[in-house]
Amino acid sequence: MTDPDILVIGGGNAALCAAMTAAEAGARVLILEAAPKPYRGGNSRHTRNFRCMHHGPLGPLVDSYTEDEYLADLMKVTDGKTDEALARLAIRTSEECLPWMQERGVRFQPSLSGTLSLARTNAFFLGGGKGLVNAYYRTAEKLGVAVEYDAAVTHLEREDDRIVRVDYTKDGTTRSLTPRAVVVASGGFQADTDWLARAWGPAAKNFLIRGTPYNRGVVLADLLDQGVEQVGDPTQCHAVAIDGRAPKFDGGIVTRLDCVPFSIVVNKDAQRFYDEGEDVWPKRYAIWGRLVAAQPDQVGYVIIDAKSLDLFMPSVFPPIKAETLPELADKMGLPAEALVQTVERFNAACGDTSGFHPTELDGVATTGLTPPKTNWARPITEPPFYGYSLRTGVTFTYLGLKVDARAQCSIGNRPVANLWAAGETMAGSILGQGYLAGFGMTIGTVFGRIAGQEAAAYAN
Amino acid sequence: MQTDLLQEARRQAEICNACRYCEGYCSVFPALHAERAFSDGNLTQLANLCHNCRGCYYACQYTAPHEFDLNLPQALANVRQDSWEDLAFPRAAGRAFQKNGVLIAVATVIGFALLFWAARALAASGGDGFYAVLSHNAMVAIFLPAFLFPLLSIAISLRRYWRRIGAGPLRLAHLHAALKSASSMRNLSGGHGDGCNFEDEDRFTHARRAVHQAVMYGFLLCFASTSVATVMHYVFDMPAPYGLLSLPKLLGLSGGVLLTLGCVEMIRLKLKSDMALGAQGARGGEMGFVGLLGFVGFSGLLLYALGQTAVMPTLLVIHLGAVLAFFLLTPFTKMAHGFYRLAALAADAQR
Ligand SMILES: Cc1cc2nc3c(=O)[nH]c(=O)nc-3n(C[C@H](O)[C@H](O)[C@H](O)COP(=O)(O)OP(=O)(O)OC[C@H]3O[C@@H](n4cnc5c(N)ncnc54)[C@H](O)[C@@H]3O)c2cc1C
Ligand code: SF4
Ligand code: SF4
Repeated sequence: MTDPDILVIGGGNAALCAAMTAAEAGARVLILEAAPKPYRGGNSRHTRNFRCMHHGPLGPLVDSYTEDEYLADLMKVTDGKTDEALARLAIRTSEECLPWMQERGVRFQPSLSGTLSLARTNAFFLGGGKGLVNAYYRTAEKLGVAVEYDAAVTHLEREDDRIVRVDYTKDGTTRSLTPRAVVVASGGFQADTDWLARAWGPAAKNFLIRGTPYNRGVVLADLLDQGVEQVGDPTQCHAVAIDGRAPKFDGGIVTRLDCVPFSIVVNKDAQRFYDEGEDVWPKRYAIWGRLVAAQPDQVGYVIIDAKSLDLFMPSVFPPIKAETLPELADKMGLPAEALVQTVERFNAACGDTSGFHPTELDGVATTGLTPPKTNWARPITEPPFYGYSLRTGVTFTYLGLKVDARAQCSIGNRPVANLWAAGETMAGSILGQGYLAGFGMTIGTVFGRIAGQEAAAYAN
Repeated sequence: MQTDLLQEARRQAEICNACRYCEGYCSVFPALHAERAFSDGNLTQLANLCHNCRGCYYACQYTAPHEFDLNLPQALANVRQDSWEDLAFPRAAGRAFQKNGVLIAVATVIGFALLFWAARALAASGGDGFYAVLSHNAMVAIFLPAFLFPLLSIAISLRRYWRRIGAGPLRLAHLHAALKSASSMRNLSGGHGDGCNFEDEDRFTHARRAVHQAVMYGFLLCFASTSVATVMHYVFDMPAPYGLLSLPKLLGLSGGVLLTLGCVEMIRLKLKSDMALGAQGARGGEMGFVGLLGFVGFSGLLLYALGQTAVMPTLLVIHLGAVLAFFLLTPFTKMAHGFYRLAALAADAQR
């Protein structure tokens, strides 16, 4: 393998955007992707949309979505812990990204059934993220970008303010390259459950990883160990409650469960622990990962009855079904008596349910119950009864490389002359906490393009 | 129908219903997302809405080696293929021919033989041109039933289909919508206008759509040619042969060329495509059918070219033999898919 001008580490959205941009600027680019070809594309292969500012209708997007509104949405979910300058840069650039993506083969579709609330803000990829990734690999190939699969980077050798060598393994041997510039786009570290356990405690061993098993943070750790500037801390991650039967890795979107607002959720002792009806599900989806993580054995159990079954999107696994509550408890491994008691107590606290409205905060609440259920509180009485188990599903971690507006990494107070970072691995530079649906792909696209541009300018 | 094929399609449909990423590719997904549980009838309808463009396979994050092992194009193709066999009238003929290229070839040879025998036994005295080989009345006696029987058979099958999927009463508007969609092969454009993934993994191309259009319009032109000739014969008392610039010749020539080239290209494309994404075990039958269809077109062209030479009688018998086999096999080969597809589109227009 001859040395490329630019080495891109990773094979997801951010990596591909950087690689295409650099190749279009005339650089010789090599992508090293740790995954084998069928699993290329990291977490990006699981995505469905990206959030995009626009003035007037754009592609599949309706109306307008202004910079200020976008930023306000971001500030809300991050509690203000946002780097405003970088956030504005990402938001402002997102508008020109949409046609840029189309030119490189990405196709959009109207927002999916069940997600109409996003029709104005988020552009959905036809075929989802894998469709996007496939299109980018095709385009990159045409631009002369070389790709090696099964190629996991293990170490970046630094001398002063430059990366001088990159080591990676392939076919069981270690190889080295000396590119002129390096773009790191290898995601977070969530697939390394030992690392998660160091940050979270042993509970993390029970977490499921929603995306790729290849984002193990090897490059991130290697660079942080060498003193490259860090952002965020390892306890911050985006985690949601997903179907407990999901596979350990790569379960993706289909393992999501939308039934919590219409249910009661209990722990393994059949006790409730949080207000299931606090807000509409898209707004509460992300806190339940942590709530479940805090329960014994990091598991929760959703209980609904027949009248609620059709109120939410179907999930990949059918619910556990029983004619009576004790039978359901039995099937789910819950203490039967305690479950019956919890349900009876909950039912007794329910009041007038005539105002029930599944898609709005309806104020149909319990009285005198702790914790309360403040919306959609209908007694669980109508057999058959259904249950799902819930586990914590980690989407991504926030600990990352700190970059500036040129996507460049730094060490001490100086930039590393030939090192850039894009995507999940630097998203902590913008978001301190919290997450806004579709912003991950925006960050990857915007900063991938910047990193590719800057690296090419340096290498040429 | 085969329950294991239905069960596998059901398993995959449930995963798609929780995912929905492919919603914009084709009519299958909006129809799929409208259900929560999938009856055998639902799955049969979804299967006949799918035209195996493979877009949803290459875009799927759950294909093997992932444990969810999604391969929706194949799962639906299996159910579709099985539904054609199961709904055929008579059913045994569907089971015999749908997947079996060899049997299709055998049937064709029997078609030749029958026509040779007819040409001998019913030799015409005093006819002109083709009718010197086989009298017009003999042709009608052979081909009228060979034409009407498939129509009857398909009508019965479509009725069975309509019942099985539980569709409502058919209105003109549904039929109109179906014809409109089929005539442009809207769905074959892939929902984004880039075409199918048929030739080279996830690369989108229009090759399959173009080839399919060539075959379909080629066939329709040939059919129109015969129909026009029939009308000229009976209504205007203008029996064949017709001149080069006559309507039957013009239609037939252009149709024959389209049909022949379309079939050759179709076979080439099929050979390039990944077999694992089509119906299992059906390739022989598909190739046999496309081969026969192409041969009908090609032998027709030869007949035009060599109609004035000494080989004409042999060619005529071969051509007519192929046409006979083709007609009789229509309800039991891939040809039937066009009718089911129209029915599926019409039923979908009811949704
Ligand atoms: C189920 C799911 C759904 C999501 N949906 C959305 C959505 O709809 N919209 C949105 O904006 N965001 C979504 N996200 C978040 C989104 O996936 C990320 O923000 C985005 O994909 C990050 O892109 P990336 O290129 O930085 O990382 P990735 O796409 O994860 O790519 C990282 C790449 O680096 C490779 N790699 C890792 N380590 C090494 C190494 N040592 N050597 C070489 N290569 C290595 C990996 O194999 C991978 O190819 C979702 C995440 C998940 C898990
Ligand atoms: S084929 Fe795959 S990506 Fe497409 S809807 Fe089904 S599960 Fe989702
Ligand atoms: S193969 Fe094509 S037509 Fe069939 S379901 Fe998939 S996308 Fe639709």
